Amino acid sequence: MKTRSFTCPTLVLVAILLFQFMSATQSQAVRVKEFDRSGKLIVVEKTAAELQPTYNIKNKLAENIFPVPRPPFSEGIFPCSQCHSYMKPNPTRRTLTEYHTEIVLHHAEGQRWCTDCHNLVNRDKLRLVSGELINFTESYRLCGQCHGDKFRDWKVGVHGKRTGYWNGDKQYLLCVHCHNPHDPKFKALKPLPPPERPGTARH
Amino acid sequence: MSEIEKNEYVQHRSRRKFLKEMAAGIGLIALPGKEASASMWEDFFQKHFRELSKDELKNVLARLEKKYSKQFSKQVTVKATPPIEGVRYGYALDLSRCIGCRRCVYACVKENNQSRDPQIHWIRVLQMNKEKGVDLSQAEHYYNPEKVPEKGHFYMPVQCQQCENPPCTKVCPVQATWKENDGIVVVDYNWCIGCRYCMAACPYGARHFNWGKPGLPAAEMNPDTHYLGNRPRPIGVVEKCTFCIQRTREQPGRYPACEEICPVGARKFGNLLDPESEIRYLIENKRVFILKEELNTQPKFFYFYAT
Repeated sequence: MKTRSFTCPTLVLVAILLFQFMSATQSQAVRVKEFDRSGKLIVVEKTAAELQPTYNIKNKLAENIFPVPRPPFSEGIFPCSQCHSYMKPNPTRRTLTEYHTEIVLHHAEGQRWCTDCHNLVNRDKLRLVSGELINFTESYRLCGQCHGDKFRDWKVGVHGKRTGYWNGDKQYLLCVHCHNPHDPKFKALKPLPPPERPGTARH
Repeated sequence: MSEIEKNEYVQHRSRRKFLKEMAAGIGLIALPGKEASASMWEDFFQKHFRELSKDELKNVLARLEKKYSKQFSKQVTVKATPPIEGVRYGYALDLSRCIGCRRCVYACVKENNQSRDPQIHWIRVLQMNKEKGVDLSQAEHYYNPEKVPEKGHFYMPVQCQQCENPPCTKVCPVQATWKENDGIVVVDYNWCIGCRYCMAACPYGARHFNWGKPGLPAAEMNPDTHYLGNRPRPIGVVEKCTFCIQRTREQPGRYPACEEICPVGARKFGNLLDPESEIRYLIENKRVFILKEELNTQPKFFYFYAT
């Protein structure tokens, strides 16, 4: 009876405060200070989900899935597991002599080799630096790891090509539809004929 | 003696008789043939496009479809799709990507039924030196190397800039060219008299004249046409890029032919009034410039560097 007069109200008070605190983080957004693109300091409201650090892949928000046509595989090469499922994976860096000999890596070949992008065990998936495995239809995420500025522009359609309607559905072409991932530099091509010089055309 | 007689003979046939015969002759010629009768009359007396009522416009389009279908031995459609509400077209060209392959030039020729002989190209690709930068007096457009892009050069295609303040529409003596509500500057080929004042006024050299009868082979003709756009032109009228009005005014709108064919994705097109469009993104975030800004033509064709 004696303790009741002291502990009960405090317990209730603590419970009320705790309840308020919990509901605050769950239902209200938190206001944080951030820099916008022009350099001004602005105040933004962020939900609890957005406040989570995204360098832990468990917290990462799902990227938008971009509609892309089928990746430009060579004839009969996919799915890779039809050969690689029964082959022993060999992680030693070497020049391939038996198969895939036509692929010559001209893309950061001093820093990387095949299994840095292609997953060693499951060859049907590509490997991000974080260890995450992605499908070939999402290969833009792999390219975007190093080429972030191109990836940012590609997402809005400023880099690369999108087919479809300017005010309707669009399909994004993957990076690899234009750039060979093993040798991405564009080769020069023959231009179409120049216009006729005036006075030289014979009618 | 005989000469005097000849003179007398001439005087016998009086001026009155001569004039009557002439009038009868002209009357006979003016009476058109059975087939051509209605269309020739209607062709001559057709009102300005903007004054046509809905029914009159339908008749005009039907008449043109009949004419073109007969001329090219295939089913040709001529439409007059109005502008879409709340749209202002903008075009952007990525100078860091264009390789000067000219595929856009020939895709435009195919899509817009331009004359092959005499040759008309609505798009002109200029080759410029990277050291000198954008200097139109030093540009080369007859370049024809083995491979493009050539080292040390960059490429800049020029076509009608669809100006907000177009000098060409101000000088037309008959108002055959005007700016539509969606920003496209159009030409009514049936109203144009071919004086070429607009060609003199255009600072970008974007307008082209049909000096000869357009040579358009029926096999290569695009039968899906727009009255103000890519329908086959007659001799003696001015034509120019219309942002593929027959494609972009559809619902949903297709991209212009040059944008679709570009192999490196250097061309971007969209609605300037839509804040989510790619054209708005790149105007707001990339280094953008326009040609001949000092003339205050306010073109809607932007050149930018994506890198």
